[in-house]
Amino acid sequence: MKAQATPVGGKLLTPTMKGLLILAGIAVILLVWRFAAGLGAVTNLSDGYPWGLWIAFDVVTGTALGCGGYAVALLVYAFNKGKYHPLVRSALLASALGYTLGAIGVLIDVGRVWWTWKLPLFFWTWNLSSIQLEVALCIMLYTFVLWIELSPAFLEQWAKGPDSFLKRFAAAATPRITRAMPWLIALGMLLPTMHQSSLGNMILLAGPKLHPLWYTTWIPFLFLVSCIGMGYGVTIMETMISRTVYKRPRETHVLAGLSDAMVVVLLAFVVIRMGDMIWQGKLEYVLAFDRMSVLFLLEILLHLVPALMLMNKAKRTDRTYLFRASLMIVFGGALYRFSAYWFAFQPGEHWSYFPAIPEILITVGLVAFEIAAYIVIIKRFPILTGRPPAAAKA
Amino acid sequence: MNISRRGALKVAALGAVAATGVREAEARERPVPPEDATGMLYDSTLCIGCKACVAACRRANELTLERDSTLYDDSVDLTGHTANIIKLHQGDEGYAFVKQQCMHCVDPACASACMMGSFQKRENGIVTWVPDKCIGCRYCQIACPFDVPKFEWDSPLPRMVKCQMCLDKAGGQEPGQLRDGVDPACCEVCPREAVIYGDYEELKAEAQARLDANPERYNPRVYGLDDLGGTQVLYLAPAGVEFSDLGLPEYGPESVPHTPVGLQHKIYKGFVAPVALYAVLAGLTWRSRRQADAEAGQEVAT
Repeated sequence: MKAQATPVGGKLLTPTMKGLLILAGIAVILLVWRFAAGLGAVTNLSDGYPWGLWIAFDVVTGTALGCGGYAVALLVYAFNKGKYHPLVRSALLASALGYTLGAIGVLIDVGRVWWTWKLPLFFWTWNLSSIQLEVALCIMLYTFVLWIELSPAFLEQWAKGPDSFLKRFAAAATPRITRAMPWLIALGMLLPTMHQSSLGNMILLAGPKLHPLWYTTWIPFLFLVSCIGMGYGVTIMETMISRTVYKRPRETHVLAGLSDAMVVVLLAFVVIRMGDMIWQGKLEYVLAFDRMSVLFLLEILLHLVPALMLMNKAKRTDRTYLFRASLMIVFGGALYRFSAYWFAFQPGEHWSYFPAIPEILITVGLVAFEIAAYIVIIKRFPILTGRPPAAAKA
Repeated sequence: MNISRRGALKVAALGAVAATGVREAEARERPVPPEDATGMLYDSTLCIGCKACVAACRRANELTLERDSTLYDDSVDLTGHTANIIKLHQGDEGYAFVKQQCMHCVDPACASACMMGSFQKRENGIVTWVPDKCIGCRYCQIACPFDVPKFEWDSPLPRMVKCQMCLDKAGGQEPGQLRDGVDPACCEVCPREAVIYGDYEELKAEAQARLDANPERYNPRVYGLDDLGGTQVLYLAPAGVEFSDLGLPEYGPESVPHTPVGLQHKIYKGFVAPVALYAVLAGLTWRSRRQADAEAGQEVAT
């Protein structure tokens, strides 16, 4: 059965939307200041902590939160589980927005933004030893791929609309996109496998500045499985929230079905993460019970507890139970990334970092913008599956 | 539908592609200095802390003072304004000066990090930053184990600032060439020749000769011969003073990029793994969509 998606409809400029736009507006004003006065004016970044909230959250965590599309695509296409297809479109939208947020985050963070256009074009100067180059190019390309994968949602809507440029464009583009889609879907699974793992390897270049509990050559694997877990967690939360707010079928049984896949990736994470530390003889750091050891143990717990929760087949169809487990997975994955890119990055005693207020407000504004865009798109374009309440009654 | 067994295998297979050969990442040879390598030798026992080199570096590299209104150069650390600094170490055994600037690593982490090659090992193995491709991502700062590259935080048009051994600066004749017979500004002005510029191999021999001639005067080790893969700036410390006291970290002989870049090269060797994975994913997608289309077709038919 092919699940039909329909726009939610309704007024756009609700009080929630106004609030989100105000937050985004504050960020825009602060961004003017950031580009006029330099990074030092709005951030607490320093030569000791050259990366902070923007990289740790917007880019490293934000793109992992955007792995819902990847994780669900793996199930539907690589593992041939068609029943999860109703989740694909909304997961793709959240992913496209998550990656766009990450890309905007990078453009705000880099100091010499005026040369970024050279990055994808000047291939003869690419440094093929740079792990970050692979991450950057992959993320750029993947953000593009995500929007094309999502484009049928826009094209369908435009095709129904009044005769206009958009309608003609939709008519011309749809067959081409349809033909290219299998190749794009495969690319949409390849690229995150590449850059989410490299995102882990990338921070190993901090070398001795990275705390031993996070320095491991297993880091590409750990970042990869944890982003897949986060992808499922985010998809469950996003599906539950959007379908509750907009009164669509809740698909709880479909969501609960994701549990098996989640248990696999979460346990893989815990076993490799812990086993690797034991193998490397780093138990003394694990059991030191200082700040770093507590962060490490918390990270293990936030992966282990939801895995154990989701193994309970009777309880996991309970919405609250499933939501809590998903929330834990998302926090666990976020903590792992915050640790590797911030808490466990130790440039020396004389440096310290906590984000400045404008720095935090810019991130808040970006997230607000992302949520606002999500709402506008699901109200105007066919993203959510199931019949709207009015049609169901009729 | 239970995917845990077969699914686990497939997840493991995908993961294995990403984690290929995680254990022994020896895909990368250890770099050696170029044949015509030059470098600096700093002898802490000779330095009197006059900071003439700090002022000369500032002039030669057109770097402004830390603060606008100040009577004298009161810089205390390497920053976006200061590419060379003299620091004082005071300990139980007395005191010692130390000069800090770029170490011009044999295997520089900054150059490994840099996406577009703005940081590069150039003529004579000198590591320089060129502005025309740098996007200011600051990955070089994350990577450098000596915390050398500095960013101009207070500028909307920031640069990365670090010692370039006065390459492109001292001569003013041929870009990229040190003028014959003219040393980097710091070495040129040092009244005690505490820091000297020259051929890397000759500097190594000179350092060893000083240790041999006055063993009681020196810490018996030359810093930089193989620390972190070797540095083209070498250090001698007074007897009783550890290099770590002077801010020169004891991290062993493996360079910072060796493991992560070796691992990356191993995973992406010949780009075989991504191409193979793409082929597999495309095949699986094709199969899954054909099946979905068949099911949809049946439904229409019934």
